[in-house]
Amino acid sequence: MRHIISVLMENEPGALSRVVGLFSQRNFNIESLTVAPTEDSTLSRLTVTTIGSDRVIEQITKQLNKLIDVVKVVDLTEGDHVERELMMIKLKASGQMRAEIKRTADIFRGQIIDVTPTTYTVQLTGASDKLDAFIETLGAAHIMEVVRTGVSGLSRGEKVLSI
Amino acid sequence: MEQLSGGEMLIRALKDEGVKHIYGYPGGALLHIYDALFQQGDVQHVLVRHEQAATHMADAYARATGKAGVALVTSGPGATNAVTGIATAYMDSIPMVVITGQVMSTLIGEDAFQETDMIGVSRPVVKHSFSVQNPEDIPSIIKKAFHIAESGRPGPVVVDIPKDMTNPTDRFNYEYPKSIKLRSYNPVSRGHSGQIKKAVDMVLGAKRLVIYAGGGVILGGASKELTELAQLLNAPVTNTLMGLGGYPGTDRQFIGMLGMHGSYEANMAMHHADLILAVGARFDDRVTNGVDKFCPTAKIIHVDIDPASISKTIKADVPIVGPAKHVLNEMVTLVKDSKKQPEKEAVDSWWKQIDEWRTRHGGHYRTDDSEKMKPQQVIEMLSKVTGGDAYICSDVGQHQMFAAQYYKFNKPNRWINSGGLGTMGFGLPAAMGVKMNFPDEEVVCVTGEGSIQMNIQELSTISQYNIPLKVICLNNQSLGMVRQWQDMNYESRHSHSYMESLPDFIKLAEAYGHVGMKVDKYEDLEAAMTKAFAMKDRMVFMDITVDPFEHVYPMQVPRGSMRDMWLSKTERT
Ligand SMILES: Cc1cc2nc3c(=O)[nH]c(=O)nc-3n(C[C@H](O)[C@H](O)[C@H](O)COP(=O)(O)OP(=O)(O)OC[C@H]3O[C@@H](n4cnc5c(N)ncnc54)[C@H](O)[C@@H]3O)c2cc1C
Ligand SMILES: Cc1ncc(C[n+]2csc(CCOP(=O)(O)OP(=O)(O)O)c2C)c(N)n1
Ligand SMILES: [Mg+2]
Repeated sequence: MRHIISVLMENEPGALSRVVGLFSQRNFNIESLTVAPTEDSTLSRLTVTTIGSDRVIEQITKQLNKLIDVVKVVDLTEGDHVERELMMIKLKASGQMRAEIKRTADIFRGQIIDVTPTTYTVQLTGASDKLDAFIETLGAAHIMEVVRTGVSGLSRGEKVLSI
Repeated sequence: MEQLSGGEMLIRALKDEGVKHIYGYPGGALLHIYDALFQQGDVQHVLVRHEQAATHMADAYARATGKAGVALVTSGPGATNAVTGIATAYMDSIPMVVITGQVMSTLIGEDAFQETDMIGVSRPVVKHSFSVQNPEDIPSIIKKAFHIAESGRPGPVVVDIPKDMTNPTDRFNYEYPKSIKLRSYNPVSRGHSGQIKKAVDMVLGAKRLVIYAGGGVILGGASKELTELAQLLNAPVTNTLMGLGGYPGTDRQFIGMLGMHGSYEANMAMHHADLILAVGARFDDRVTNGVDKFCPTAKIIHVDIDPASISKTIKADVPIVGPAKHVLNEMVTLVKDSKKQPEKEAVDSWWKQIDEWRTRHGGHYRTDDSEKMKPQQVIEMLSKVTGGDAYICSDVGQHQMFAAQYYKFNKPNRWINSGGLGTMGFGLPAAMGVKMNFPDEEVVCVTGEGSIQMNIQELSTISQYNIPLKVICLNNQSLGMVRQWQDMNYESRHSHSYMESLPDFIKLAEAYGHVGMKVDKYEDLEAAMTKAFAMKDRMVFMDITVDPFEHVYPMQVPRGSMRDMWLSKTERT
C-alpha cells in the first residue's frame, strides 16, 4: 500500500543523507521525497511517499525513529489527512492545442504561468493522482517537460506533528 | 576557567569521561591531537599496527566491561581501515567512540591529501556520527558521543575532527558537561507494565516454555535477573551465540545455543514450544532458519530495548519494549507475588522430553574417524585447564562454533566474538583489548590458521605492551567453515578453501619475542596447555594440529524448520 510518512528532524547538515541512506540501505522504496525547514528554524520537515506491506511500513517508521536526528515520525495515511503536490508542466502549444490546453488547465484548476508563441507552462496543485490524470489527459505527444515537487501532507483537524 | 586547545580539550574530555586507554595510530590530521596526548599522563594511548586492530581492541574492551571503548585513527586510509571494526561493533550493538582525523575544514571537498568523507563512508554502520565544526563544541560532542554509544541499544559513534579544530594556538574555555539532553533521543528506561503482566500470565500458564535469551541480556547486564526468572519458573534456557554466558552454561536448565549450529535439544525445544520468551534477541536468520516454518506451535513474547527488533522477522504476540534488566526484574516480582504457579505435571513432562533429546545427541562427536586430534577436544581441554573461567575471544569459522559449543560459559561478558558481521581477524586484537584491561585474568584468543593471519601484525603490539594473552590456534590447514559448506553443498569441490604455504607459527611467534608451541597429538595437549597457562607473563602461541575434515554439527538444513538438522556427516533429523 502507498503511505505518506512525515518526519520532523533536526535541521542539521547530514540529517537528510541519513534518512535517504536508511531507505536505500534497508531496501525501502521511495516514491517521492520533499524536505524544507519549518517555522522553527532548527527543524526540517520531510515527507516521503513509499509503497510497502504493513511489515515494511512498520520497519520504516521504527527505523526512522531510531535515527538520532529524527525528532518525530507519523504515517499520515493511518488517519484522515490532506495531501498536495505541485507540478509545473511545459507543453507544446500551437494552433488548436492552445485552446485545448487552456480548457483542460481550467478544468483541473491549473494556471498558465509562462507563455510563448509555441509553449505553455501550466502550474497545477493537488493530490498526486490528479496530477497524473492531467498528464494523461494531455498525452505524451504534447509534453516537453514535467517537474513535480513530491507530496506534502498534514493530518486533518487538531492533530499536529510538533515537539 | 581553563583555556585549552581543541586537541587538549579532546583528550581532557576523554579523561573526564573516565577513559583509561585509547587505541590508535597517528597521521597528519592527528598531529595536534598526538601532541596533546604526549603532554599528559591520564589517558594511555596504545599504538596498534593496523587501525582495524584499534577498533577491535576498543570494541572488546566494551564487550568485557559494558563501557564504550575508544579508538583514534587518522583521516583517509586510517579512517577506512577502521570501517570493518566499526561495522563489527555496529552489527553486535557494541558501544564504541571512534575519533577520526579529517583534513582542514577549508579543504573539505577538494580531494585534499588523505581526504575521505568518513561521515558518508561510515553512515550505514554507525549509531550516529558527529563532524566537529567549531572547536568549542568538542567537549559537548564527546559527551553526546558517549551518551549515545552507551545508552539504549548501544552502538558505535564516529566523531570526525578536521585538523584546524585542534590547532594548538586557538584556545577556548574548557568545561565538561555533567549531563546532556537530546530532544530527539530518549531511550526507554522501563517496559510497559500492562504488557509485562500479560507476559507473566502467559509464562505461568505455559506447558512448554522456552526462554530464548540473546546479546541484549549481556549488553543490558541482566543475567542475574534472567537466571532468577528462569529458575523460579523451572524453564529451559537457550542462548544465542551473542547471549552465551547470560545464563550459566553448566546449569541443568541450560539447553545450549540455538540456531544453525545450536544444540539438538535447544532447536527441538524451540520447535515444539508452546511459548517462547525472547529477551534481547533479534530473531537473526542464523537462528530462525526458514521463517515460514519457525516454531509453528509457539506464541511469542519479545522483550527488546529496540522496537525495530520486534516483529522485524518474526511477528511477536506480546511485544515489550524496554531494557531486559527492568522487564525481567518486574517479571520476577510478579511471578513471586502470583498465586498461580506453572503447572507441575506439564513442566515435568516438558523436562522429560527435553532430557530425552539431550541424550540423543548431547554434543557427541567422533574421535575414531581420524588419527588427528579433534578441535572439540582442544576446546574441552581449554575449558578444563582454565576452569571454564577465562575470557574467550574468538575469531570466525569452525573454531568459533566449537568454542561456543564446548566451552561452558558461566559468567556474562566472557565470550567475546563477532557474531553479526563475522569478522575474521577480530580475535587477536579483541584478546589484547581485554587482557590490557584485565591483566590478572586468563584471556585466550581461539582462532584458526586463516583468521589469525588477518591481524597477525598485532603480535608486535603485544610485545610492545607486554600483553601475556594465550593464542589457541586450531590449525586445520583450511578455511574450515568454507570447506564444510563446500563438502555439504558443492560435492566437496574445495575451491580456494585450502591454505597453502602456512608460515611456521612457532618461529613467527618467536620472531616477535613470544613463546611458540606446537601440539600434534592429543596425548601431549593437557601438559602443553598447562605449561602455556603457567607462563603468566608471556604471550604463548599454541599451534595445534587438528583434523582438517571435521565438520561443525548440529547444522540446520537450509530453509527448513528449527528441528531440521544434520547431526553428523551421515545422520539427519
Ligand atoms: C560462523 C557463524 C555462525 C553463526 N551461527 C549461529 C548460531 O548457530 N546460532 C546463533 O544464535 N547465532 C549464530 N551466529 C551469530 C548470528 O549471526 C547473530 O550474530 C546472532 O544470532 C545474534 O544474536 P542475538 O539475537 O542475541 O542479537 P544481538 O546481535 O546480540 O542483538 C542484541 C539484541 O538485544 C537488544 N538489546 C540491546 N540491549 C538491550 C537491553 N538492555 N535490553 C533488552 N534488549 C536489548 C538489541 O536491540 C538487539 O535486538 C553465527 C555467526 C557466525 C559468524
Ligand atoms: C574478513 C572475512 N573474510 C571472509 C570471511 C568468510 N569466512 C568465514 S569462516 C572462514 C574460514 C575461516 O578459516 P579459519 O580461520 O582457518 O577457521 P576454521 O573455519 O578453519 O576453523 C571464511 C573465509 C569472513 N568471515 N571474514
Ligand atoms: Mg582453519
